[in-house]
Amino acid sequence: MIPTLRRILGKTGPFIGLALVIVLFAIPQETRVHFLSYHNVKIILTQTVIVSIGALGMTLIIVSGAIDLSVGSTVALTGVIAALLIQRGWGAAAAAAAAIGVGGLVGLLNGSAVAWLRMPSFIITLGMLGIGRGMAKWLADNQTVSYDASPINGWMTTADPAGRALPAGVWVALALAVATSLLLRKTVFGRHVFALGSNEAAARLCGVPTARLKVVIFALAGCFFGLSGVFQLSRLRLGDPTVAVGLELDVIAAVIIGGASLNGGTGTVLGSVIGALIMSVLRNGSQQMGWPNYFQEIIIGLVIIVAVFLDRFRRGGKA
Amino acid sequence: MNVPARLRLERISKAFGATQALRSVSLAVAAGEVHALIGENGAGKSTLLKILSGAHEADAGAMELEGRPYRPSGPLDARRRGVAMIYQEVSLAPHLSVRENILLGLESSTLGWIDEQESRRRAGDALAALGYGHFPLERPAGEFSIAEQQVIEIARALLTQPRILIMDEPTSSLTQSDTEKLFEVIGRLRAQGVSIIYVSHFLEECRRACDRYTVLKDGEAVGAGEMRDAGMDRLIALMTGRPVADLYHRTPRRLGSVVLEARALACPPRLKAASLRVREGEILGLAGLVGAGRTDLVRTIFGLDAAAGGEVAVFGRLAGRGTPHRRWNEGVGFLSENRKEEGLMLNQSVQDNITLTKLEAFGRLGWIRDSRQAAAARRWTGELAVKCRDVGQAVGELSGGNQQRIAFARLLEHRARILLLDEPTRGIDVGSKAEIYEIIGSLAAAGKSVVLVSSYLPELLGLCDTIGVMRRGELVAVRPRGEWSEHELLRAAVGDE
Repeated sequence: MIPTLRRILGKTGPFIGLALVIVLFAIPQETRVHFLSYHNVKIILTQTVIVSIGALGMTLIIVSGAIDLSVGSTVALTGVIAALLIQRGWGAAAAAAAAIGVGGLVGLLNGSAVAWLRMPSFIITLGMLGIGRGMAKWLADNQTVSYDASPINGWMTTADPAGRALPAGVWVALALAVATSLLLRKTVFGRHVFALGSNEAAARLCGVPTARLKVVIFALAGCFFGLSGVFQLSRLRLGDPTVAVGLELDVIAAVIIGGASLNGGTGTVLGSVIGALIMSVLRNGSQQMGWPNYFQEIIIGLVIIVAVFLDRFRRGGKA
Repeated sequence: MNVPARLRLERISKAFGATQALRSVSLAVAAGEVHALIGENGAGKSTLLKILSGAHEADAGAMELEGRPYRPSGPLDARRRGVAMIYQEVSLAPHLSVRENILLGLESSTLGWIDEQESRRRAGDALAALGYGHFPLERPAGEFSIAEQQVIEIARALLTQPRILIMDEPTSSLTQSDTEKLFEVIGRLRAQGVSIIYVSHFLEECRRACDRYTVLKDGEAVGAGEMRDAGMDRLIALMTGRPVADLYHRTPRRLGSVVLEARALACPPRLKAASLRVREGEILGLAGLVGAGRTDLVRTIFGLDAAAGGEVAVFGRLAGRGTPHRRWNEGVGFLSENRKEEGLMLNQSVQDNITLTKLEAFGRLGWIRDSRQAAAARRWTGELAVKCRDVGQAVGELSGGNQQRIAFARLLEHRARILLLDEPTRGIDVGSKAEIYEIIGSLAAAGKSVVLVSSYLPELLGLCDTIGVMRRGELVAVRPRGEWSEHELLRAAVGDE
C-alpha cells in the first residue's frame, strides 16, 4: 500500500499538487467561470514567466548542491541596465542581450568566488544580494528609470482580452524549459551537475572538473536570472532598482515544491516549472476569491512545507 | 546448552514480507563472555541485532535475559534493561565536549540545570573503566580520532550499566594499533562481567577477541562453538557454505616494462619523499601503518592531492601536474578507501556511477544516448554479479559488497590500465572479497598494473607480486612477495630493523 502510494507520488507528485490547487479554485460558483477562462489562464502563464525562468537557473544550481540568494538583486540590476540602455536609444533585443550578459557576469562572479575561494554559495550569494541591489540603485540614481515606448513592453502583455496569442515571454520560458530539461537529462554536462550535487568528492575523483563546472553552472543560471530581469522590465515598463525583493525565495520555493532536494543531486526542470505554476495559480486564485494578501502568503508558506513533507514521505523518510 | 546463560535466544524467526530474514535462530551468551556473531552480508546479523536492541520484534521465538523473559518494546527499553549497542558508524555530536557526549540524554541535573561536578565524576568514571581516565573531558569530541571517539561511545553505553554490550563492526574504521587498544577495552569489560556480542567481518579479529562464536548463513545459525576449536578455514567454510579451496586466486603473470613511476613524491604533512615503480602486469602491494602515507601516495599520484615535490611518469611520459581528469585520460584509475564519502554518488543510479568517468563515449557532442550507457552498465552488473533491481537503482540502496563491485565496475568500464586501489576490500563480506581478489588477479593476468594499498596483510601476501612497506612518508622497502612474511612486514612498518 505505502510503497504503491510512494511510487505514484514519485511520478506525479507536483502534477497532483497543481491539479489540486486548480480544482480548489474551480469549485466555487462565483469564481469558476472567470478562473477557468482562457484569458485568465493566459494571465497565470504570463505571471509565471519571471519566476519560472529564474527557477530554471535555480534548478541547475540546487541540483549541483549549491544555492543562489542573489536572484532578486540580479533581476533588479539587469532590469535597470536594460532600461538605461533603452533610454540611450538601444533596441529592445540588444538591451535584452546586454541584460542577459550582465546576469551571466554576476553569476560568473558568484561561481568563481564559490569555486576558487572555496566558500559556501550561501555566503557568497548573500553578499551578492547586497552588492547587486546596491549597484542597481547606484546606476539608477536611486530612482526608477523610465523610457519612451519600446517593443520590450509588449513581450509580457496580456492586455488584449480577445487576443488568442500568448505573449512572447511565455513562449520563451517554455522553449527554455525544454532546452534546460534536455541539458540536464541528456548531456554530459547534466550528468556532471547531478554528480557534483550528489557527491562532490566522488565527482572530483571521477575526473569531473568540479571548479570549472561550478563557474559554468552559476554563469549559466545568471543568464537565466538576467532574462528574468528583462521580462520584469517588460512587465513594469520601467527600470525599478527596488523591484523583485525576495524573488529568490519564490524561485527557490518553486524548485523545492518541484521535488528537488537542497542537499543536491535531485531535481527536475518539469517539477520546478510546475512548482512555479502552483504558486502562480494560488496567487491568482486567491485574488479572485478576494482573499487578502496575507492569506495568500500563509497558504504559499504551507504549500512549501507540505510539498517537502510529501517528498520526504515518498523517498522513505530520507530528505 | 545447560550453562547458566545471561542471554538466551530460542528459535527466533523474523520475516520481512516474503523474505525470511531469520529462521529459528538460537543463541546463548554467558556472563563475561565475548561472543562473535559472524556471517556474510544479508546473513541476518543486522536483523538479529535489531531484535536484540528492540528496534524490531521477532515473529516467533523467545528471549531471556538473566533468566527472565526479555521482550524490549524499543531501543530505550532495551537499554534500560541492560542491553546497549555500539553502532558501526560513530555517532557523536562533534561540537559537544567529551563529557556532554557521554552524558547526552542522561545528564545529571537539578531542575534542568546541569550538575557540573556530578557530570564530570560520572563521565570520568565511565572512561576510567575503559582505561581512558586521562581523557580531557571538556574538549570537543570532534577533535579526537575515530578510535578515541569510539571509546567515548563505549563510555556512553557504560553509563546505564549494561549486562550485554553489542558491538557492530567496531573495527571497520580502526587502524591495527587502535584495534589492539579496542581489544584491551574489551578485555577490561569482560573482566567486569559484561557480556559482549561482537559482530565483525574480520575473522582474524573475532578469533583473537572472542570466546565463542555463532555463524549465521541465510538467516540460520549454521554453526556455533568455542572459538579456540575453530580454524579459519572452518569459519569461512561455514560462512560461505563452500570450502576455502583458494581465497587468493593466483593467476599467471608476465611482468613487462615500467608503466608507472613516482620519484621523490611529496605531499606534506604525511608524504615525505616516496618513490615507486610499477611494471606491466604487476600487483604492487603497499603495507604500512595508518598514517604512514600509503593513501597519500596513491592520492598524490592520481592528482587528488597536489604534489609539493617530486614527479610522476605514466607510461614513460613525465605526467606533470596531475589532476584526476588527466589521469583517467592517461588510463589510470583510482578506487577510494572511502566508498561512501568519496567513491560513489549514493543517490545516483548504478549506471551513472559506473560510467561517470567517460560519459562522452556514449554519444556525440556532449549528448548521452541513454540506451548505450545502460547497456554498458548492465554488462558489468551481470559480469560482476551485482545484486540490484536494474541499473537505474540508486547505489545507496545496495549492500556494501555490491557497492564496491560498482566502484570496481567503473575502473573496468573505463578500461584503466593502471589501477590504484586503496583498501578495496574494507568493510565488505567474505564472498565479495573473494570475488574482488579474483577480479584483481585476472586484471593482472591481462597485463594491467595494480597498486594495492591494504592494512590486511594476508591479502597483500596472497595477491601481490611485490610488496613495499611505507614508513613515515617514505617507501622504505620493496621486495618480491616471497621474501616477506607477515611478521617481517609488521617489523618493517614499525621501523624495528
